[in-house]
Amino acid sequence: MKEFKGKVLFLDRSDINTDEIIPAKYLTEITKEALKPYLLEDLKLPAFDSSRDLKDVRIVISRANFGCGSSREHAPWAFEVNGINVVIAENFARIFRQNMFNCGMCAIELKKDDIEKLFADYSSTGAEAEIDLNGNCIIIKNGGKSGKFSFEMSEYDKALVLAGGWVGFADKKY
Amino acid sequence: MGKTIAEKIFESHLVDKPFEDTFVLKLDRVFCHEITTPIAITDLEARKMDRVFDPDKIKVVIDHVTPAKDSKTALQGKILRDWSRRHGIKDFFDIGRNGVCHAIFPEKGFVRPGFTIIMGDSHTCTHGAFGTFAAGVGTTDLEVGILKGVCAFKFPETVKFVLKGALKPGVYAKDAILFIIGQIGVNGATNKVMEFTGPVVDGMSMESRMTLCNMAIEAGGTSGICYPDGKTVDYLWEFISDEYSSKEEAFKAFEIWKSDSDASYDAVYEYDLSDLEPMVTYDYKPDMVKTVREMEGIPVDQIYIGSCTNGRIEDLRIAAEVLKGKKISDNVRAILSPATPKIYSMALKEGLIEVFQDAGFCVTNPTCGACLGMSNGVLAEGEVCASTTNRNFYGRMGKGGMVHLMSPATAAATAISGKITNSSLYKG
Ligand code: SF4
Repeated sequence: MKEFKGKVLFLDRSDINTDEIIPAKYLTEITKEALKPYLLEDLKLPAFDSSRDLKDVRIVISRANFGCGSSREHAPWAFEVNGINVVIAENFARIFRQNMFNCGMCAIELKKDDIEKLFADYSSTGAEAEIDLNGNCIIIKNGGKSGKFSFEMSEYDKALVLAGGWVGFADKKY
Repeated sequence: MGKTIAEKIFESHLVDKPFEDTFVLKLDRVFCHEITTPIAITDLEARKMDRVFDPDKIKVVIDHVTPAKDSKTALQGKILRDWSRRHGIKDFFDIGRNGVCHAIFPEKGFVRPGFTIIMGDSHTCTHGAFGTFAAGVGTTDLEVGILKGVCAFKFPETVKFVLKGALKPGVYAKDAILFIIGQIGVNGATNKVMEFTGPVVDGMSMESRMTLCNMAIEAGGTSGICYPDGKTVDYLWEFISDEYSSKEEAFKAFEIWKSDSDASYDAVYEYDLSDLEPMVTYDYKPDMVKTVREMEGIPVDQIYIGSCTNGRIEDLRIAAEVLKGKKISDNVRAILSPATPKIYSMALKEGLIEVFQDAGFCVTNPTCGACLGMSNGVLAEGEVCASTTNRNFYGRMGKGGMVHLMSPATAAATAISGKITNSSLYKG
């Protein structure tokens, strides 16, 4: 199982799409590793600079409808090869969310109020978080502040994370 | 209680329910193209699982970048080609016979009512026009589909759209779906099946229904879906005439793929589209929609007619009717990509290609082309394209470019004036 803790990057916008996460022109790559420099290259977000702001990030927190658009699994892969295995948002586009779990990564949905609170209280630089899959909660710290946010994860999603993805799960069963 | 069409398809294809709300379905078709499949193939090879569940149910095309533009895209094509040969996949459409996936697969008769279909492509929802549960998936789902012929989904909650009235002349399926997405938003149908019914849908050709279902994903929908009817039978007849003694018999067999009147829906939207005007998007999300009237006069640099949304023969006929005898503005360049070789040939025979060329269009081979800015038709920074495609995301057709989504009629009128224009201006 992958590790789910570390530095947090906040992306303060809804509807961040897969073209922004990894532009189509890089879909000619046939290894995941090759996607590494291009993550979030086309993200339209004031003051965000993908070449500066992704360093050491392990967890991304964003708003609603994260990962909408194309089915490209290159989007989760581009996160994965940059060391990011968790995206937390109010909700996700179906295919992106499934792709994350299919790769053994976490797409965690929190209530809108909790997302608001995370942005309000923790989004200044320096936040660190950890996902507790047994306790179904996120523990986040920034400076002197710390907080705990509960989430629900279906048995299926958890089974995929534990199996390291859908190929491993399905190959045993079907 | 009654069931929706999607629930019926799920029930008839259920293989396993490993957990509550996890439905593992048997697949009737797995469609593949050269962008998302090669990584699945190389991963299966690396896992020593280079097998396919059924070569006759897998259909393959090279469509996104074709002919290859560089060594990397050539390699993607080669991996797909070699794999298809190695596994005896007969329905592999290579250069010269290839077209945009969601146009060529229905055209070849691979889609039937009641089927389950996945593809590593978000616009797979297009095939729902035939009363099919068709969903875009990522590479891992595709991999398992190729290997085992199954895919997992949540319960298919359905949102029903009842489209009433009749579309005015000059208003098309594209305008209807842009209007709907504008109403419910890009997140309005996430995790839901979008069922389209009502007199407007009944009156639509199969091509128009494909346009409608094609953009379900732009509202987050898992699949678009229409009920099969006489038009579905007519469209498929050349492929099914061996299986049924008459069209009536085929219709009877297909009729079971329809929602019950007491089925339950997550939501029902009713729209009277009688007064709908031509629509166009104005920003970087497909739900940012205005009437063409409100956007009239905005200058563009490029016109693109093509794609799985609007590159079919009906679309070419509509655009050619507007363009006939006219020239495109000196301030623009215009590109047409007929979506399949068959559409290209029909357009040639009908004299449509001549109309486009005389007007000043560049006609390319069938391919995704400018739609996703991966091969031809890429915009320069700051340029604007009037496009019949389905996605206007920032960077989609080239970094710093702006895409306005619209119908083929509006795109043709815009080509003539060089500015966003209502096609009614050029009628008659
Ligand atoms: S035409 Fe555009 S939207 Fe359709 S399959 Fe090709 S790239 Fe995707």
